[in-house]
Amino acid sequence: MHDVPVHHHAPPTSFLRKHVFSLDHKVIGKQYYGLALIAVFVGMILSWLMRIHLGWTNLAIPGLQLLSKSGAPGGIITPEYYLQLMTMHATIMVFFVLTTAPFAAFGNYFLPIQVGAEDMPFPHFNMMSFWVTFIGFVVLMSSFFVGDGPTLGGWTQYAPLSAVGAVSGPGQGTGVVLWATAIAIFCIGQLLGSLNFITTTLDMRTRGMSMWRLPFSAWAWFITSIMGLTAFAVLMPACILLILDHVAGTSFFVPGNLVINGQIQPHSGGSTLLWQHLFWFFGHPEVYIAIVPGMGIVSHVLTPNLRRPLLSHRVMVYSMGALAVLSYMVYGHHMFVSGMNPVSSLVFSFPTLVITIPSTIVVLIWMGSLYGAKLRINSPSLFALGFISMFITGGISGFFLAQPSIDIMLHATYFVVGHFHLVMGVAAMFGIFAGTYFWFPKMFGRMMNETLGKIHFWLSFVGAYCIFMPFHYLGIAGNVRRYPAFTDDYLQPLIPLHRFITVAAVLTGIAQFIFLYNLVHSRFWGKPAPENPWEATSLEWSTPSSPPPFDNFGGKLPTVYHDPHQYGVEGASADYVMQTSPEQIKSGHDEA
Amino acid sequence: MAKLFAVTILLIAIGSAIPILRHTWDAPPDISTHGTLIDEQMSDTMVEAGISFLVSQILLAFFIWKFSSSRPSDKIKTFPGGAKTIVWAAFLLVGTEVLALGVFGVKAWANVYLTPPSANALPIQVQAEQFAFYFRYPGPDGTFGPVHPEMINGATENFFGIDQTNDADSKDDIVTAEMAIPVNREIHLLMHAKDVGHSFFVPELRVQQDFVPGLDLSVHFTATRIGRYEIVCTQLCGLGHYNMKAYLSVLSAQNYDDWLKKQAALQ
Repeated sequence: MHDVPVHHHAPPTSFLRKHVFSLDHKVIGKQYYGLALIAVFVGMILSWLMRIHLGWTNLAIPGLQLLSKSGAPGGIITPEYYLQLMTMHATIMVFFVLTTAPFAAFGNYFLPIQVGAEDMPFPHFNMMSFWVTFIGFVVLMSSFFVGDGPTLGGWTQYAPLSAVGAVSGPGQGTGVVLWATAIAIFCIGQLLGSLNFITTTLDMRTRGMSMWRLPFSAWAWFITSIMGLTAFAVLMPACILLILDHVAGTSFFVPGNLVINGQIQPHSGGSTLLWQHLFWFFGHPEVYIAIVPGMGIVSHVLTPNLRRPLLSHRVMVYSMGALAVLSYMVYGHHMFVSGMNPVSSLVFSFPTLVITIPSTIVVLIWMGSLYGAKLRINSPSLFALGFISMFITGGISGFFLAQPSIDIMLHATYFVVGHFHLVMGVAAMFGIFAGTYFWFPKMFGRMMNETLGKIHFWLSFVGAYCIFMPFHYLGIAGNVRRYPAFTDDYLQPLIPLHRFITVAAVLTGIAQFIFLYNLVHSRFWGKPAPENPWEATSLEWSTPSSPPPFDNFGGKLPTVYHDPHQYGVEGASADYVMQTSPEQIKSGHDEA
Repeated sequence: MAKLFAVTILLIAIGSAIPILRHTWDAPPDISTHGTLIDEQMSDTMVEAGISFLVSQILLAFFIWKFSSSRPSDKIKTFPGGAKTIVWAAFLLVGTEVLALGVFGVKAWANVYLTPPSANALPIQVQAEQFAFYFRYPGPDGTFGPVHPEMINGATENFFGIDQTNDADSKDDIVTAEMAIPVNREIHLLMHAKDVGHSFFVPELRVQQDFVPGLDLSVHFTATRIGRYEIVCTQLCGLGHYNMKAYLSVLSAQNYDDWLKKQAALQ
């Protein structure tokens, strides 16, 4: 803890240091958000191409041949190009949107402010973390324009398909090397970011800001950064080993005697399951890296809109912590039918079922806090409540996939696709939207348009259910995922359902342009934001201006007197008490 | 707005449940001896998950409806039981529910994976490659000949790399592109990947198992209904993944013997 402003660096004066190579956590946060925004629209357009192809396989998409002559001759997507688009969609979304926006973007901007600091302790690392991530994105995108295009191996990049090179298919040579390089670079960025987040939380808290006085969002970023530090530290070396299998003749993930294209491969002694273990040891915590910040944001956005604190601050934090710890023990549920020892499947099934308990507690705490609240309906609260609905739905389908015996039927089907899109994709996106509508006034000093926000919500909420609920039905009927076309007899009756999903996906995607318009328009022409538009209590609403000045608190760090979510306080001068208010309250909700 | 939201949640929840209740899209009927347990496990889970889904969405909708219309003068009420009740409820209700599912599910899993095949199970080898399955029957000697990867040659249809000239055990091996099995007889399927990872999935058989290069695995099952079914690949294996399939014919014992004789003559 510290209470004297100890700014490491003077305010920048040049354009480059102010807006490009900035050391200011707020600028870096906005840069991350901008990167995520570009990435999410690229990822979404890729999903449109995939969905259109799945609904109408021989339909020519005008102009697509310009992107790839061989991938989409005459605008018709080839099977291999479909797989390449799919791999890029998933990689972009998981890494550059779901990790970048809720964690790196909002966390960078608001964590230092919420703990009452003027910046993060390592601003140069922070700047580097963004630019390294940006380079990772450029490397990944460059694979669209080299050789035979991006890799087609899926975002999981199972070996040996990913490790033997161009002989196994288009994009499997240069495409895979670029993919693994991009992800390894991305990992470096997230490791640097995580270090900063952890030290900011532990060492930069202002006077009176005990750990228990941190708001939910700060707790969520802190927990996520610990996960990030351990999970990305495993993925990065795994990617390096994969690159070595390509360029240095090693055989980490390739066993001997593989015959591909009529040739025995010059590898021996590697293990294909080793890749799966390394990947999923990262991959499952990654799910929680995407969703825990969403939980924190939703809790943080809901409390001022419920005008009451959540039922228990500590139970919520302990539950998020339990999710993080358990997330490392469950990863084997991705591998039930992988050839792993079948006893291991039962062992991994147990914590996977147990993780339902902290998830349920989180949901019930939200529901119990809704009870008796004075709910305010606005764009942030709508998206926060939408998050809860999506998280419940996506979480419950996890009951099925946690069980090895049921996984025999559902593994690698659209049921899995529906499950993870709802629970980590759509739910996390709703968390990002809730955070955007909530914090925009602080970040830019202007309000977003409420009417457009609500229209955006309605179209997204109904649209997301129309897209992802039917995925579960497809999975139950045995529809295998990662197929560019459905040639099997038993899949023919499912094609009309695919077409329904495609139409829903295109319409829901169009609705996202309303959000983009609102974002850009409000940035320049939005209504000027009041000082504290949501009548919220945490430190970001105590800064002298919106956006906050360079050092956040105008040269004097705040002193904290209360828990972060003091709403509905009886006997206080208003129905809420700011964390910085020295006002004594009799019947508050201080637990700390 | 809040009331409309509540009604929307309600409609989505009920609308989502209807296709499940009406079995609009369902798994194909089971044709295996072990599948009943899996199907029971699936329907038990569906009941528990369905109730949890409906109850929680309806509750969410109800709370949004009820607590969005308070007047400024209204006081905040606190959920009577507080957080403690919620933690206990989660541990007792959800904990018991999911653990029960887990414990009962062990039997269905063990039946497939932790029980060895019986001694008289019929061994069949399946090899997966980009983008086809090939099958090998051991012939009258009941033994598979050794595999020589360097002899694998698609052009001469030596898909398995067997040496029928020099290896005595290989001489009577029968290689086919379609799988046929006798009904009501246990099959011991020996799985080998030639190039990259693949998977063997027959929805009707309730069997899905990955092929792992460098690691030969096996599964065993008994089909109970005569018919022709599709074997599909579920592990992304390259550009032709979606088209990688073969057919499984479940035949009467007599028809199976005839089929095998015909295939032997074609070798």
